[in-house]
Amino acid sequence: MNTRKDTMGTALVALTLVAMMVSLYMVFLYAPREATMGDVQRIFYFHVPSAWVAFFAFFLVFVFSLVYLARSNKRWDTLAAACAEIGVLFCTLVLITGPIWAKPVWGVWWTWDARLTLTLVLWLIYVAYLMLRHYMTDPERRATFAAVLGVIGFLDVPLVYFSIRWWRTQHPQPVMAGGEGSGLEAPMLATLLVCIATFTLLFFTLLRHRLRLQSLRDEVDTLQDRLEQAG
Amino acid sequence: MWRAITTILWKDLKIELQTKEAFGASFVFSLMVLVIFNFTLDLTTEEALKMGAGFLWIAFAFGGVLALNRSFALERDENCVQGLQLMPVDRGGIYLGKCLANVIFMLITEIILLPLFAVFFNVDITGRPLYLFAVLFLGSVGFSSVGTLFSAIAVHTRMREVILPILLLPITIPILIAAVEATAYAFGADTDPSFWFRLLLVYDVIFVTVSFLTFGYILQE
Repeated sequence: MNTRKDTMGTALVALTLVAMMVSLYMVFLYAPREATMGDVQRIFYFHVPSAWVAFFAFFLVFVFSLVYLARSNKRWDTLAAACAEIGVLFCTLVLITGPIWAKPVWGVWWTWDARLTLTLVLWLIYVAYLMLRHYMTDPERRATFAAVLGVIGFLDVPLVYFSIRWWRTQHPQPVMAGGEGSGLEAPMLATLLVCIATFTLLFFTLLRHRLRLQSLRDEVDTLQDRLEQAG
Repeated sequence: MWRAITTILWKDLKIELQTKEAFGASFVFSLMVLVIFNFTLDLTTEEALKMGAGFLWIAFAFGGVLALNRSFALERDENCVQGLQLMPVDRGGIYLGKCLANVIFMLITEIILLPLFAVFFNVDITGRPLYLFAVLFLGSVGFSSVGTLFSAIAVHTRMREVILPILLLPITIPILIAAVEATAYAFGADTDPSFWFRLLLVYDVIFVTVSFLTFGYILQE
C-alpha cells in the first residue's frame, strides 16, 4: 500500500538537506567570530534552535493530546507520541550543547538558573511520558493516559518556570547568568534565524518519517493478524 | 456528588483503619529517610534549622508516593476498579473522595513525623503552629491531587509501583518548592510568609481542578 512515490517526503528531505548546508556555511563562515567568547559561541546556533524545536514539539504534544481527548481518534495519539519522542531528542541536545558552551564562558558546566532547570525538568516529564507509553499494552488506554499526561505536563511548564524564578530571587546565585541574545549583530541574527528555520524543517522531516514508520508498523500488525486468522 | 465523596472517603478510611497498610508503609519509610539524612549529612543544629524544611518535605513526598501507590493498588487487587467504573455517580465525586482520603493519610504521617523530626534534629517547630499546620495541609492537597490521578494511571501499567514517582515528582516540583519555603518560615526562617502561602494555594486550585477534570478519562472502561 505504501509503494506509491512519496513526492512530498522526498521534497522535504531535499529541502532540509539544502537548508542544512546553508546553515553550516552561515554558522562557520558567514557569522563573525564573537569578540569575547570566541569560536565556542558558534554552538549557540545549534543550542537555541534545538531549544526552540523541543519547546515547539512539547507544545504540539499538548495540542494533539487535547484533540485526542476530545475526538479519541488514534491519529492524534500517534502524532502526540511522535512529537514527544522528537521533543525529548532535541531537549537532550539542548542539555548537551548547553554545558559545552557554559564551561568555557561561565566557568561552570551547570547552574540552577530558571531556564536551565526548566529544561531539565521538561526532559524528566517527557521521558516519564515516553516511559508511561512503553509500560502500557492496551493501545486505547495508553492513548488516553498519555494524553492526560501530555496536557498536565505542559500546563506544569509555567508553574515550574515561575516557581524556580521566584525561588532563585531568594537564594544567592552561584554565577552571573547574563542574558545572551541581547544586542545580536545583524549577521549573527540572520544566521540564528536561518538555523531555526533549518531545525524546524528537520523537525517536520523527522516527524514525517516517524509517522510513516508507525503506519508501516500498523500495517504489519494487521497483516500478521490476518495471517493468524487464516492459518 | 457529595454522597459519592463521603462514601468513597469512608470506604478508604475503614480499610485503612483495619489494615493500616498505607500509614505503616509511608510512616516507616519517611522515618527512615530522616534517619538516613542524619547519617549521611551529620548536621549541626543551625544547619538543621536551615535545611530542615527541605528534609521534611523529601520525607513526606517519598512516604506520600508509597501511600498513593496503595490508593489504587487496593482497587486493582479485588478488581474493584470495575466496581468504581460501574458506580452510577459522577467521576469527579470518586476522584475527590479518593483524593481526600490520601490527603488525610499524608497529614497523619506528617503530624506524627513532625515531633520526631524536632527531637532528632533539635529544631523548634512550635514557633508558628497554626501556619505550619495550614502549610502541611495545602502541601498535602497539592501533592495528593495529581498523585491520586497518577495512582489511577500507574495501576494499569506493567511497572505499577515504579512508574508513580517517575511521573509524579517532576510535575509536583512547584508544590514542593512553595511548601518548603513556607515551612521554612514556620520554623523561623527569613522567607516571605504570605507569598509562598498564597502561591501554594494557587497551585492547589490549579492542580485539583485539572486532575478533577481529567479523572473521568482515566476511569473509562
